[in-house]
Amino acid sequence: MSESAATPDRPQPMADAGHNSQDLFSKFDPLIKQRKDLLDSGLEDPFGLVMERVLSPVTAVCNGRETILLGTYNYMGMTFDPEVIEAGKNALDDFGSGTTGSRVLNGTYVGHKEVEKALCEFYAMDHAMVFSTGYQANLGIISTIAGKGDYIVLDIDSHASIWDGCALGNAEVVPFKHNDLDAMEKRLRRIPEGAGKLVVLEGVYSMLGDIAPLKEMIAVAKKYDAMVLVDEAHSMGFIGPNGRGVAEEQGVLDDVDFVIGTFSKSVGTVGGFCVSNHPKFEIMRLVCRPYVFTASLPPSVVATAATSIRKLMDAGDKRTHLWENSKRLHAGLKGLGFQLGTDEPQSAIIAVIMPDLERGAAMWEALLKEGLYVNLARPPATPANMTLLRCSLCAEHSEEQVGQILTMFEAAGKAVEII
Amino acid sequence: MDRDDTKARIDTLIEPFNKKGVGIGEDTTFAGDLEWDSLTVMDFVAAIEDEFDIIISMNQQAEIETYGQLIDAVTKLRGA
Repeated sequence: MSESAATPDRPQPMADAGHNSQDLFSKFDPLIKQRKDLLDSGLEDPFGLVMERVLSPVTAVCNGRETILLGTYNYMGMTFDPEVIEAGKNALDDFGSGTTGSRVLNGTYVGHKEVEKALCEFYAMDHAMVFSTGYQANLGIISTIAGKGDYIVLDIDSHASIWDGCALGNAEVVPFKHNDLDAMEKRLRRIPEGAGKLVVLEGVYSMLGDIAPLKEMIAVAKKYDAMVLVDEAHSMGFIGPNGRGVAEEQGVLDDVDFVIGTFSKSVGTVGGFCVSNHPKFEIMRLVCRPYVFTASLPPSVVATAATSIRKLMDAGDKRTHLWENSKRLHAGLKGLGFQLGTDEPQSAIIAVIMPDLERGAAMWEALLKEGLYVNLARPPATPANMTLLRCSLCAEHSEEQVGQILTMFEAAGKAVEII
Repeated sequence: MDRDDTKARIDTLIEPFNKKGVGIGEDTTFAGDLEWDSLTVMDFVAAIEDEFDIIISMNQQAEIETYGQLIDAVTKLRGA
C-alpha cells in the first residue's frame, strides 16, 4: 500500500470553510497556501517527483539526475526480474491488456486463479482473494466482516486503508495507543458482552519501521474471543522463516484469522490480497463490495505477481542480503549522529527523524541533489507530528551503494547542519 | 449516574490537556476552542475511559463537539 506523505492516515476534521463560501474548494485553501509557501521558498516539490527513466529496482533518472532509490518499498527488487517480466509479456500477448470486468462477472481469468493458488501455497493457507489494490483489500475486508453492532479495535497508527475500511463499514471503531498491549486489553475488556470483535494490527508500521508485539497482542485478542486481522504489507517476502511476515516470525501465524498483503511492495507490481483459513471465507467474493464493483487486475499484472510470489518462496539469499543492508544502513546512520525511529533495525524501513519540517525539507532536497531519493513524511501524517526521512532498502542495493548512501547522508546532514 | 460527579471528575482530568489555559464551560468546543489534534483527543479519551471504565467509540466521539455534550455522554455511558 502506498504512503501518502502529506495526508494523515487517520481521518481529520476539515477546517471550517466559512459561511459565505460558494466554492467547495475553499476548504482546501490552508493546504494550498502551505504548499505554495513551501515551493515559493525555492524547494523542489517533494510530492511532484517524476521518474523519467527507471534503470533498475534501485536506480532511476529523477528530475534529470541519476538517482539511487531509497524510498520505493521495492524490498526484494522483483520489478526487473527477467522471469517476472517474461511472464507479464506472455500474458499480454495471450490474454490482452485488460479484463474489462469484475472478478464475479467476466474478470476472472486463469491467471487470477493461478495467483490466488500461488498465495495459498506461499502462506500455506486455504483461501486467497485478490483485490485490485492493497488499499482495496483492507477497505473491502474490514468494512465487510465488521458490521453494525460489532467492534473494531485498532492501533492508532494504522494505515489509511485500515481507517477507511472502518469508515466504509458500520462497526464501532475503538483505537488504542500505538503498540500498547495494556491499552488494547482495556478496550477489549470493556466491549459489551456478545458483540463481535475484530482486532486490526500491522506487522511492520511503515512510518517508523517498527514491528508489533504480535505474539502478545494476538494472545490477548484471543482471550477476548476477537478475530484478528494483520496487515503484513511491509514484511511479506523477507520477515519470517518463509517470508510470511511478522506473525510467522513470532510463531503466531496460525492464530491470525486474516492476513492482508499487497503486490506493490516485495512482489513488485500492483494488487492486494487477503489470505485466510476461515471455512466460510469464499462467501466474501459475493458480499465484499470493493471486490465486486471493480474491474479485476490486468492479466499481465497477475502473471507477474504469480511468478514473483513463487520466486519469493525461495529467496533466502536475497532476504539475508536485505537484512544486512538494513543493519548496515541503520548502524551507519546512527554512527553519523542521526536520530532514528527505532534503536535497532526491525524491518527494511529506517526512519531518520528530522528536528523540524524546515530542516527536514531542506535535507530531503539536499539528498536529492546528491542523487538519493527518500520519502519525506511530515506532520500531520506522522506519529507525534514528527518530520521523517523514510528510507526503505532493497535486496538489490549493493554493499557499495549502501556506502554511497551513507556518504550522501553525511554530506547533506552537514550542509543542513543536522549533524 | 450523577452528572455533577461526572463533571467534577472530568474537570480534573482535562486540566493537564488544557495547555493553553482556555476557560472551559459547557459550550467550549474541542476542535474550535481547545484546538486539539487527533492524538490529544485520543489521549484525553483514554484518560476518561480509564477513569470511568467505559468505552467511547470514535462513532460516539463524532457526536461530541462541546464539553457539555461530553459530560452528558459520559454520564449516560456510566449509567448504561
